[in-house]
Amino acid sequence: MSDLSPSLNNAGGEETASPRLLSADFSEARDWIALLKPRVMSLVVFSGFIGLLVAPGHLHPVLAFTAVLCIAIAAGACGAINMWYDRDIDAIMRRTRNRPIPAGRIEPSAALGYGIVLAIGSVLLMGVALNVTAAGVLALSIAFYVFVYTMWLKRRTPQNIVIGGAAGAFPPLVGWAAVTGSLDVMPLVMFAIIFIWTPPHFWSLALFANDDYRRAGVPMLPVVAGGKETRRQIVIYTLLLVPLTLVPWLLGFSGPVYAIAAGVLGAGFLISVWRVATDRQDATGVSLTNDAPARAAFRFSIAYLFILFGALAIDHCVSRFI
Amino acid sequence: MTDAEAAAFRRKQKGRNIAMLVALSALAALFFAITIAKLKHF
Repeated sequence: MSDLSPSLNNAGGEETASPRLLSADFSEARDWIALLKPRVMSLVVFSGFIGLLVAPGHLHPVLAFTAVLCIAIAAGACGAINMWYDRDIDAIMRRTRNRPIPAGRIEPSAALGYGIVLAIGSVLLMGVALNVTAAGVLALSIAFYVFVYTMWLKRRTPQNIVIGGAAGAFPPLVGWAAVTGSLDVMPLVMFAIIFIWTPPHFWSLALFANDDYRRAGVPMLPVVAGGKETRRQIVIYTLLLVPLTLVPWLLGFSGPVYAIAAGVLGAGFLISVWRVATDRQDATGVSLTNDAPARAAFRFSIAYLFILFGALAIDHCVSRFI
Repeated sequence: MTDAEAAAFRRKQKGRNIAMLVALSALAALFFAITIAKLKHF
């Protein structure tokens, strides 16, 4: 009986502080945080912050913090609404079945309300604290993620993450607009880089999560077109991505620090996806190595974008001081 | 609802109230800071 919590043995009903109950309370808080998809949020926040950093002009640190906070809250809101909408397929997929809603720890309606309040709150705060353009782009990015990607494309077409990838590409535009109140070529180039980066990133994941997606009926490219075609598409998009990352340097928006970083990272990404393309596979394109190269490419793609945009920021700071 | 469940419910409610209080305080502080920043800006 030693494994029973004191509260269950508490016949008198006294309100004793049970370690198990206390930990349950913390786990509830963790579930509400998990609804915000913090790992996805980190990349969104980072790219938004870089957009804000490289934009011409000056922003008071408090306002800059508020802009980044709004981007983070909006990204979290998208995650919560996405989890509410996808709760049926999340329950089927191994990777997602322990999420708070399919696991029954949070009511779907509560998650939806949470997402809507955060979404509206982030846009209003952005509008009040920064400017209408930034708020408008933020609202557009939320609407794109929720309505275009989650509700429309995700379950209908293998091009879901190609078009839907635009939703994740908005943050640099929001960051830039927060500083300048307008949009320009540079944030659009940053948008394009994330847009073209998304397919090789996501399809690497889809390759090793193929069984999950098939079981859930989500028409990801490996499910619909098979592993071979997916690997080919990953290489094509990466070949488009690498020269695109050099555009900021070619247009004079960045200097040699960024150009060298983009070149080296691009070579690394190409090697990584080439390994995916030449992975040992059977006649139907199923990996014989448990998709080890795809797993490596997925991890590399995350580091790639972080370092690439980090280099852009470093280059910007260096050029300011020289 | 058993006594144990009632106690857990009360503890959760208390946790939520504290979380809400912290969130609202942070929001108030943020709005105050934004106002000061905007006043300096203009």
